[in-house]
Amino acid sequence: MRDFSPFDVVLLLQAARWTVLLSTIAFVGGGLLGAVMTWMRISRSSALRHFARGYILLLQGTPLLMQIFLAYFGLALAGFDISAVVAAGIAFTAYASAFLAEIWRGSIEAIPRPQWEGSVSLGMTRFEQMRYVIVPQALRLALPPTVGFLVQIVKNTSLAAIIGFTDLARAGQLINNVTLMPFPVFGTVAAIYFVLCFPLSLASRALERRLHAGRQRPARV
Amino acid sequence: MPVVSVQHASKSYGPLRVLDDVSFDVYRGQVVVLIGRSGSGKSTMLRCLNGLEGIDAGTVTIDGVAVHAKGTDLRRLRQEVGIVFQHYNLFPHLTVEQNVMLGLTVVKRMKRADAQAVAATTLSQVGLADKRAAFPEQLSGGQQQRVAIARSLAMQPKVMLFDEVTSALDPELKDEVLNVVEALAASGMTMVLVTHEMAFARHVADSVIFMHAGRIHETGPPARIFGEPSTPELRQFITPRTN
Repeated sequence: MRDFSPFDVVLLLQAARWTVLLSTIAFVGGGLLGAVMTWMRISRSSALRHFARGYILLLQGTPLLMQIFLAYFGLALAGFDISAVVAAGIAFTAYASAFLAEIWRGSIEAIPRPQWEGSVSLGMTRFEQMRYVIVPQALRLALPPTVGFLVQIVKNTSLAAIIGFTDLARAGQLINNVTLMPFPVFGTVAAIYFVLCFPLSLASRALERRLHAGRQRPARV
Repeated sequence: MPVVSVQHASKSYGPLRVLDDVSFDVYRGQVVVLIGRSGSGKSTMLRCLNGLEGIDAGTVTIDGVAVHAKGTDLRRLRQEVGIVFQHYNLFPHLTVEQNVMLGLTVVKRMKRADAQAVAATTLSQVGLADKRAAFPEQLSGGQQQRVAIARSLAMQPKVMLFDEVTSALDPELKDEVLNVVEALAASGMTMVLVTHEMAFARHVADSVIFMHAGRIHETGPPARIFGEPSTPELRQFITPRTN
């Protein structure tokens, strides 16, 4: 047994780098794949729509923990020799893409039909309608739930500990095992999570203000 | 050659026949007004003219182009056919000027400065030059509808469609919109209007079509339609209720 020391804080911060890395992979990968899935989900091709729907249902209906297991052990069994980071990255990308796609689809569908009619009547293509009329309005609606979900992701990365990933939460657990001082240890862990998540919420607020610039009230929906 | 030609257009929603063998022509500079009860098919007819709605049978031709034919370039066609909606359908995230410019820069690929000049001209045409930097929600309903007219007009369409453009407006705001529509008619714009404003229809129309149960029930010059209606349905429709 030993005391909780500043050295442990350094250990926790080092572990937090993995949390940040995995979160970043989930944000970027999940965001890109999520955008593709959103597009497929509202596509005019019913095959694409059904594929995206199945993909989203599957990933939303299974525990993230199982997805991480499958990405790690399943892909290994299938003959892919991948590290824990890559496996977790794949699992989190898939998981985030499904939820982001649903959030974004909902935001896009919340834009009233007359906006589509008004823009198509000017001769716009579907892509132009999206780009100039629908998405700019949907962004405002999507921002709060998107940021809320990203904050969840940061915290959910702790699940990756299951495949041997020593992230922030896991490091806290290990340090508590040798110090038996749960309050300072997990208090510090919680504080670090907060420091990671709080800027996201701040950025969201700033972005929301910018999107509403020049307007008195939020968009009518 | 007529600018708009509708030949035997029919359309059903399930068992409900919303358009039943409708035929009419609109010639250059002509103003045709569609009147009739709610559900008589007049708005559906109008929305068929720019391909917002499909038809099951018949043809709709705009300036020689069959709207509902396979392979018709609707993007191109819709630049020729302006439409103004009952609820304006302005883009709330854009300023008045940006609303008018969007179709010009995106669809017509006009340079920003040129589009800005066109927007300035059309906005002053509808009397809103001083509102260019405002957002739609900062305007009254009548002003928003005039912006919608400017947005449509800026595309320099060959024909303009008006779908009950004053129905959502308070009575005191209707006139400012009707005045703009009237000025457009006087400028020689080819127009098809759906309206419940009977006095205005009588005043501005070259030809009136009374629709009933999806059919053209009666048609003719406004003086005859409003002065000597020949069917009981039309007579009942245009007689002011006395109670």
